[in-house]
This record gives sequence, C-alpha cells and structure tokens, in this order.
Amino acid sequence: MKKTVGSVRSYVLGFIFSIVLTLISFAITIKHIDSDHSFIGHEIIIGIVLALAVLQLFVQLIFFLHLGHEKGPRWNLVFLASTITIFIMVVVGSMWIMYHLNYNMMPEKVGSYIMEKEGIRK
Amino acid sequence: MHKEESKEKVFLGFWIYMMTDLLMFAVLFATYAVLKNSTYGGITIREIFDPPFVLVETLILLTSSFVCGLALLFAKAMDQKKTIYFLAATALLGVAFLGMEIYEFSHLLSEGNSYTQSAFLSAFFTLLSFHGFHILVGTVWITILLVHIAMRGLLPSNIRKIRLLGIFWHFLDVVWIFIFTIVYLLGGIL
Repeated sequence: MKKTVGSVRSYVLGFIFSIVLTLISFAITIKHIDSDHSFIGHEIIIGIVLALAVLQLFVQLIFFLHLGHEKGPRWNLVFLASTITIFIMVVVGSMWIMYHLNYNMMPEKVGSYIMEKEGIRK
Repeated sequence: MHKEESKEKVFLGFWIYMMTDLLMFAVLFATYAVLKNSTYGGITIREIFDPPFVLVETLILLTSSFVCGLALLFAKAMDQKKTIYFLAATALLGVAFLGMEIYEFSHLLSEGNSYTQSAFLSAFFTLLSFHGFHILVGTVWITILLVHIAMRGLLPSNIRKIRLLGIFWHFLDVVWIFIFTIVYLLGGIL
C-alpha cells in the first residue's frame, strides 16, 4: 500500500475511477430523462446519483489528496471530518427549515390565489 | 529539524484554509438548494441543463486535476521540463473550463436570463461564479508559479508551492463534482 502513495499509479487509478463514476451517474441521468422520468423511482435515482458523487469524493480524497497517509496525528482527517459534518448540517438543515417554513406560510390555495390575482405565471 | 517542522505546518494551515473555503461553498449550496424552485415563472434548471456541454466541462476539470497531480510527481523527480509542461497543461485546461463557463453565462444573459431574473438564477450564478472565480485564481497562481520555476528552477520552495496548488486544485475538482451532481444532474432529474 505504501508504494501506491503519491505514485503515478495512484493518480491514474484515481483518474480512471473518477471518470467511470462520472460517466455512470451521467448515463443514469440521461436514461432517466430520455425515458420521460419513468426509468426508476425518483427517490431511488436521487439516492444513486448522490451516492456516486460521495463515492467519487472519497476516490479523489484517497487517490489525489492521499488522505489517511500523512505521518503522525491525522489533523487533516480531523478537520475534514468536522468540515463535512458542518457542511451537511448547513445544507440539510437549511433545506429542512425552509421547506417547513414554505409549507406553513403558504398554503397551496393562497399561493395559487395570489398568482392568479397578480398575474404571475407558474 | 525545527525548520522542517514549521514547513510541514504550512500544509496543515493550507488544508484548514481549504476547509473554511468548503464551508463557504456549503452556504452557497444550501442557498441554491433552498431557492432552486423559486424561478418566478422564468427559466428553470431543467431548461439550462445541457448534458453534453456539462459533461465536457466536468471531464476537462477532472483531467486538469489529474495532470496537476502528475506535475507534482515530476517536480519531486526534479524533472523541470515536464513539470512546466504539465503545469501549463493544467492552467490551459482551467482556462478552457472557464471559457465554457463564460460561454454558458453569456448565453443565458443574452436570452435575458440574468441573475436579477429570479431567486433561483441569483443562487445559480453565485454558486457557479464563486467556483469559477476559484478556478481563475488557481490559473493565475499557476502562471506565477511557472514564471518562478522557469526563472529559478525547482527550488524546494517551488515544489512546496506545487503541492499546495495541488491541494487547492483537487478540492476545486471535488466541489465541481458536487455542482455537477446537485445542480445539473439532479436539476435534470427533478
């Protein structure tokens, strides 16, 4: 394992994996769009595409940024883990709060009434 | 020994900077996710999403990340010529990516879909141009580094800078993977 760290092999592998993962998620998306959004369930395909992106994140962290191979205390890993935690909290938290805010503030009927009244296209 | 140690700290320091940068992107991603459907009757992401165009952008950035890694390997092997070639290739791919992004923006603007049109477009332009700005800064950084290397050779300080640049460039690629997935692919799916 030591030999692959920072070697040409590590970069080539990372590059190939990244391209394959990108093409897979791209192909799935295109197939889904071409089949008029009936290829597989919405939730499933969103899950797959997001999982492929996260997988690629780890591929690049390991093969390009050589994470987990530094000497001594793994400060890089600690900082990265806490950053990812805050990242998820900010993104998921915002979506969660704003979804409920929208839901509670604007019932469907009021929304469509205002749109009609003000001449706003949906 | 002490000097060596303080130099190792440069990488940790830069890594921490990179993490704070990612948090800025987190806020922009959150903004985008919240405002995605607030199109005010205007253009939606599904209409903006041009699959082959975005795929080419992604592959360009992916390749430049790979080439940047190889440049570091050549620098460590003290191969100045190849280091310069590969760094220049990294910068050129960065410029190609920027060119495509500017083309996409100008295309949107020419059709009257500017960032003032809807909350969605504001979030879209902010997220993408923030990433594009980083690519621009990286490209300028590479250019300056190339001049340094050409003039003074592969000094230890220059190799260190290539390593830092590598961290920066690889992370920009990672961020783009998420823009590609969340903005474009999910935009096309949803």
